Amino acid sequence: MKPVRVVSGAVAPLDRASVDTDQIVPKQFLKRIERSGFGEFLFYDWMQQADFPLLWPEYHGAPILATGRNFGCGSSREHAAWALQDFGYQAIVAESFGDIFATNCSKNGLLTVVLPPDAVRELIDSAPAEATIDLEALTVTLPSGRVVPFEVDADVRERLLNGWDDISLTEQREAEIARYEAERERVGPDVLAI
Amino acid sequence: MATAPRTLVEKVWDDHAIGDDLLFVDLHLIHEVTSPQAFEGLRTAGRKVRRPDRTIATADHNVATGPGEPDELSQGQLAALERNCADFGVRLYPLGHRRNGIVHVIGPQLGLTQPGMTIVCGDSHTSTHGAFGALAFGIGTSEVEHVLATQTLPQRRPHTMRIDYAGDLGPGCSAKDMILGTIAQIGTDGASGHVVEYTGAAVRSLSMEGRLTIANMSIEAGARAGVIAPDDTTFAHLEGRPGAPKDFAAAVERWRGYVTDEGAAFDRTVTVDLRNIVPQVSWGTNPAQVAPITGLVPEPADETDERALRYMDLRPGTPLSEIAVDRVFLGSCTNSRLEDLRAAAAIVRGRKVASSVRAMVVPGSFQVRADAEAEGLDRIFREAGFEWRGAGCSMCLGMNPDILAPGERCASTSNRNFEGRQGRGGRTHLMSPAMAAAAAVTGRLTDVRELVGA
Repeated sequence: MKPVRVVSGAVAPLDRASVDTDQIVPKQFLKRIERSGFGEFLFYDWMQQADFPLLWPEYHGAPILATGRNFGCGSSREHAAWALQDFGYQAIVAESFGDIFATNCSKNGLLTVVLPPDAVRELIDSAPAEATIDLEALTVTLPSGRVVPFEVDADVRERLLNGWDDISLTEQREAEIARYEAERERVGPDVLAI
Repeated sequence: MATAPRTLVEKVWDDHAIGDDLLFVDLHLIHEVTSPQAFEGLRTAGRKVRRPDRTIATADHNVATGPGEPDELSQGQLAALERNCADFGVRLYPLGHRRNGIVHVIGPQLGLTQPGMTIVCGDSHTSTHGAFGALAFGIGTSEVEHVLATQTLPQRRPHTMRIDYAGDLGPGCSAKDMILGTIAQIGTDGASGHVVEYTGAAVRSLSMEGRLTIANMSIEAGARAGVIAPDDTTFAHLEGRPGAPKDFAAAVERWRGYVTDEGAAFDRTVTVDLRNIVPQVSWGTNPAQVAPITGLVPEPADETDERALRYMDLRPGTPLSEIAVDRVFLGSCTNSRLEDLRAAAAIVRGRKVASSVRAMVVPGSFQVRADAEAEGLDRIFREAGFEWRGAGCSMCLGMNPDILAPGERCASTSNRNFEGRQGRGGRTHLMSPAMAAAAAVTGRLTDVRELVGA
């Protein structure tokens, strides 16, 4: 994973609440066994509708998506994070996110930034005006110049800033895991024995 | 040593926490859609599956439930699962195996899902297993790879929330009505960031099937997991199943400890009054957009509602019981177990599916299918005009050929009424198995109490 520090640039607005991951990538595109190339399926059904804002030229290439609360609720499909990233987004800003979706984004270096309603509103209403997200300082600079703080889990932040791979980090704790298995692990069920 | 009172969830957490930020996983369930990239990641990095004895796979999302082969891409994904399981030594129940079925149906059926366990799967409805007092939640593909490699997951101690049911369930109502009513009350993010424990006498009196339905839809309220404390109903369900512990009595003794202690504190508590709950149906495009069948299509409260009504082609003020349906789907990890099929069959028996409706039953597993056939449920459904299918996820998410055509309206026992969920342009109304059966015979959304004379 590449380190992430600052995301700066135009904002694309999606002024809808509770956008579920079925909308982000419909199920017919989950049959691929690769991890790349999902960008062309992003919001597939909505992209067929002429009034869908993300189609408008002024938002093309924007690295930041600002959207309504509870973005990414529903299905655990990581394809949603892959599609948003492959399409070109580097950060999503909303009042809140679906839990599994936000975790999936963090595993791929796609920032999910939770901001208060008025800050999200400013980003949506002034889009495509540019904003800057600084993961090191934990601030978002809005188009008006106002600087708003945000929070990220300390471990997740460190991992993103350094581009560390989760599995390698956990593997360094092999002794702890082996000790758990030896001393505390509960018996079965052994799926190979049934 | 005296310890502070703890919730059930905290006990399971404490038993599995390695340090304060890593969780040991007791059971990892795998299916074809969210695992291929994870296995590929292992291959690329030269890693192995750390604990094949705690990893089990089934094919469910893509499989065909009727005659004919799955499409080429689906076949490729099913073949990849077989190859990956063979290469990495993972036990797989493929299509055609007697133990094949929906991942969240076979875990409890095989007795693999047990109280006090940690269970994960690359599927948001993993919350289902919480019905046994297990901490069970859905994960993404990167996390699947992490669990395959290390049998652990980076996690934080969860926030807890109690949903307490007051009063008893009314006539014609089931666990599905309880949970739909709950989500309507608290919203699709009403439990975000929390693990829910469901409590109350009404929960205690539910069968395991009913409890599974409730825990299953925890994710639709935003909770990653939902648990129900194990009791004699739980233990009776587990006894004699293939995965059940050899020394069952000792296991039961241990399992009895997985209850919330008197005086343990939850971060939040919500009460749902069942005296207000009659049979529920969804009218919109998220599972909180739900109303009593006796009600009307509501006036939109915001833009989300307006969009939903446009998509669903519904006008505010229309009685819900006047909405005609084209299709009926009885199935999914929410409502495809034997008790669900019995509840629907009780309504269907001696009646016919309305001529305007195409209705299908997709049992949750081949075991459920066989059990239903042994008691003649298939005959009741077939004689009424239902299609009796093989097992799988089927039209809950339409990754196989079981999909709605654009504009078609479906009474469905599944869990999500999202736009296009059951097929592009399709319109989904969520409800209980008995309510879906009632809609099948009348051809419109129907208060099932009218058909049972309650």
